[in-house]
Amino acid sequence: MIAPEASEPKPILDVRDLSVSFEQYARGLQKKTLRPITSLSVTIRPGEVLAVVGSSGSGKSLLAHAILGILPSNARVTGTLRHANENLTPERQVALRGSDIALVPQSVGFLNPLMRVGAQVRSAAHNGNAAEAQRAIFARYRLAPEVAGMYPFQLSGGMTRRVLVSTAMISGASLIIADEPTPGMHSAVVEETLGHLRELAGEGRAVMLITHDIEAALTIADRIAVLYAGTTVEIASVADFTGDGQSLRHPYSKALWRALPQNGFAVTPGAQPVLDELPPGCLYEPRCPMSTPDCTGARPEVRALRGGVVRCFHAA
Amino acid sequence: MSSVDAVAVSHSRTGRLPRLNRRQRTLLVIVLSAALLLSVVAGGLLLGNEMLTTNLDQRNLSPSLEHPFGTDWLGRDMLARTLKGLTLSLVVGVLASTVSVLIALTLGMAAATFGRAVDGAVTWLVDLFLSVPHLVVLILIAFTLGGGTKGVILAVALTHWPSLTRVIRAEVLQLRTAEFVQVSRRLGRTRWWIATRHLLPHLVPQILVGLVLLFPHAILHEAAITFLGFGLSPQQPAVGVILSESMRHLSTGYWWLALFPGLALLVMVRAFDILGDNLRSLVDPRIAHE
Amino acid sequence: MRPEERVQIAAVLVFIARKSFRLGTLLVAVCVLSFWLVSHSPIDPVNAYVGADVMRVGPEQRAAIAAYWGLNDPPLQRLVNWGAAVLRGDWGTSMIFRQPVIDVISERFTASLALMGTAWVLSGVFGFALGIIAGARQGTWIDRCIKWYCLTLASTPTFWLGLLLLIVFAVWLGWAPVGLGVPAGVLSDEVTFGDRIRHLVLPAATLSILGVANVALHTRQKLVDVLASDYVLFARAKGESEFAILWKHGLRNVALPAVTLQFASLSELFGGSILAEQVFAYPGLGQATVQAGLRGDVPLLLGAVIFGAVFVFVGNLLADIIYRFVDPRIRWGGGRYEQC
Repeated sequence: MIAPEASEPKPILDVRDLSVSFEQYARGLQKKTLRPITSLSVTIRPGEVLAVVGSSGSGKSLLAHAILGILPSNARVTGTLRHANENLTPERQVALRGSDIALVPQSVGFLNPLMRVGAQVRSAAHNGNAAEAQRAIFARYRLAPEVAGMYPFQLSGGMTRRVLVSTAMISGASLIIADEPTPGMHSAVVEETLGHLRELAGEGRAVMLITHDIEAALTIADRIAVLYAGTTVEIASVADFTGDGQSLRHPYSKALWRALPQNGFAVTPGAQPVLDELPPGCLYEPRCPMSTPDCTGARPEVRALRGGVVRCFHAA
Repeated sequence: MSSVDAVAVSHSRTGRLPRLNRRQRTLLVIVLSAALLLSVVAGGLLLGNEMLTTNLDQRNLSPSLEHPFGTDWLGRDMLARTLKGLTLSLVVGVLASTVSVLIALTLGMAAATFGRAVDGAVTWLVDLFLSVPHLVVLILIAFTLGGGTKGVILAVALTHWPSLTRVIRAEVLQLRTAEFVQVSRRLGRTRWWIATRHLLPHLVPQILVGLVLLFPHAILHEAAITFLGFGLSPQQPAVGVILSESMRHLSTGYWWLALFPGLALLVMVRAFDILGDNLRSLVDPRIAHE
Repeated sequence: MRPEERVQIAAVLVFIARKSFRLGTLLVAVCVLSFWLVSHSPIDPVNAYVGADVMRVGPEQRAAIAAYWGLNDPPLQRLVNWGAAVLRGDWGTSMIFRQPVIDVISERFTASLALMGTAWVLSGVFGFALGIIAGARQGTWIDRCIKWYCLTLASTPTFWLGLLLLIVFAVWLGWAPVGLGVPAGVLSDEVTFGDRIRHLVLPAATLSILGVANVALHTRQKLVDVLASDYVLFARAKGESEFAILWKHGLRNVALPAVTLQFASLSELFGGSILAEQVFAYPGLGQATVQAGLRGDVPLLLGAVIFGAVFVFVGNLLADIIYRFVDPRIRWGGGRYEQC
């Protein structure tokens, strides 16, 4: 919503107050409304790596799908998306998908098991000679040429990662969204993958890294957006994540930082609210050490604070 | 922004009727189809046998207000015969399906809870029954039992359990890995105890749905076997008998002898299908997110 | 031949061998069970053999007939005799047709094959097309129409549909003959191919119309599943058009299950053929089986049961082989690349 410094380049993507809800049927066909994303606001500039960090199940993949316009048809979406200063309407989403905004998906399940990976990478190219580009990118990522003729099940974990990133690379997109690119992998592969993403940012593209692994995020991100229960609670620069978190603004961000093994492994009691039963006031209030009665009445708005952005009545 | 609210766009046919949500529509459909089936049975049971007696001066009448389905070559009212025949088919189908479901339940649960050997034996048995075309097995069993009502019921009952057994076995295998079952095992409960106290209650709704969905198949197979001549005796107005008799009169052009009974059978079978599907969406909405 | 190819062929041969062994055990069980069943039937085989002349046959003749057919031996003995004969290729003599059972079956099966084959191909092709259209346009009126049509057909008794077609096309319109496999009263040398086709049309139409329903419903469901998968989601994210997705992902991923399902559906097809042949008096194996059952022709009935089992087995085997050869995950399954 509010860009920290006016002299920086304009954001390529501006997400304002995004909310996504679904209606689901439980046993007996009782209807429930799930709200995985509530009032999510975030911006990202070219050449920057923005990490969107939240624990599993906080609707992070849905953010990627909402930006691309590939949410399921029973999703209700409100809020505004702006890309390169224009409204990101469904028609624009269809035009930009894959060519200007690219997704790096989570796992091998996102590749067609009956199609060779080379063909799947080539289909992501939108300009120039796809075959040449694919060969060049495979070489760059140290994938042997015969990998192009393999089927997804034949790839090892690391190779899968590199193939998935190449689909984004070959597309030439200016905004790349990496959805959980390092799920449960060992550190060498994690480092390599993150390195590739950093390279992409170095070429002037914007990279949105969606992950639950805050340590990984901190190694390459410029700014970190912290998600809790589907809403942005803080957007801070990576420099704020030092010491014992005193520069952080939101109690949840501080709790996240302090929960890391090297920072004391502190545990915060409680758990995220269930998606169909969100609290009426501040979503973090039930677990918050600073909560007061006004916190239950209304949801706090996002406000600028010390060069970052926070959603809390009490942050200072 | 894309958004399609599944409820708001529920296509109501006329603007005047209140828009029902998914749950209400499902319940309504269930009630309506059950009512249809019950009225068929009621008709069949309540109509006295006088409607079935021969009435030679009313022979071969085409459909009219007095005889909506026409009359046959003996002057019998086809509507009455059809209703009675449907009731007969329904009763036979329900009986046979119930027996089948009991067999499937026993074998399926046994396969999943009593160890590898039993599982292997049951799977082999299922494969055995599925390895011969269904109707051929029906003919074989009906032949052995000499036909008749008993023969048909047993034949249908003994051949509809294989698919359901596989489904139950898969369900139970999945349930067994659930935590509460593991805990019970560690606490030393016998397999029998776990089977009856833990697994059965979870399975009951799905079994009921499976039972209702089995009726259409059982009824169709009973009608087929009877049509071929193996089943219920020609004295009883089973739909299969009515249709096989109508074959003799086709070239004379008495089309109503074949059209209405078969159509009625179709409607009844479809009603069971719809009832079963809607019950299933109540029980297991995951299938029903469309 | 490259080493991988040799390994593959060996794997397929082993697979076929294992499946054949399984067929063997199942067939033995089928034989034993069927024999046991028919030996308990209330029909007196001597009466069945003699047929209409029952009154004129005296007790010595009956004893002679019983001895000829081996009916006086103990059951186990009869089973073993019969089993041995079957393995030798002697499936007995049909009481109804007074011919070796093997001959009856092969003759009748040729006619049934024409019928089933036509229906199989037609229902496969049209069912697949309808299923794809419905799945691709899920939720629209055309999908609903197709679904409604297929579900109604799936509840339709085969023999009733046959009767309707008979009434409309043979009796009223006179476009097709009223039954049988060839024109009545025509010498077999003079029966033309066209005659055979004309007698085949209505029963094949009956089976095809009904077969389409099941194939379409399955194909539709598979396509719906594919279009809801993660890899199609990613394809959309890459900007692939809906048509491209349908063509490159939809068809590719649905074709294999659809084909294997076709082969596995031979069991249903056989059953439907029995009913269609009965309605149209088409002289196929189905009708012969019914006659055997109704008139107590035990050798023919047993022969038909065994043949049915082999038929279904072949279908399932073909389905499995196709899957193994076409699905790369199973064909090349062992080769995970170890290099990281």
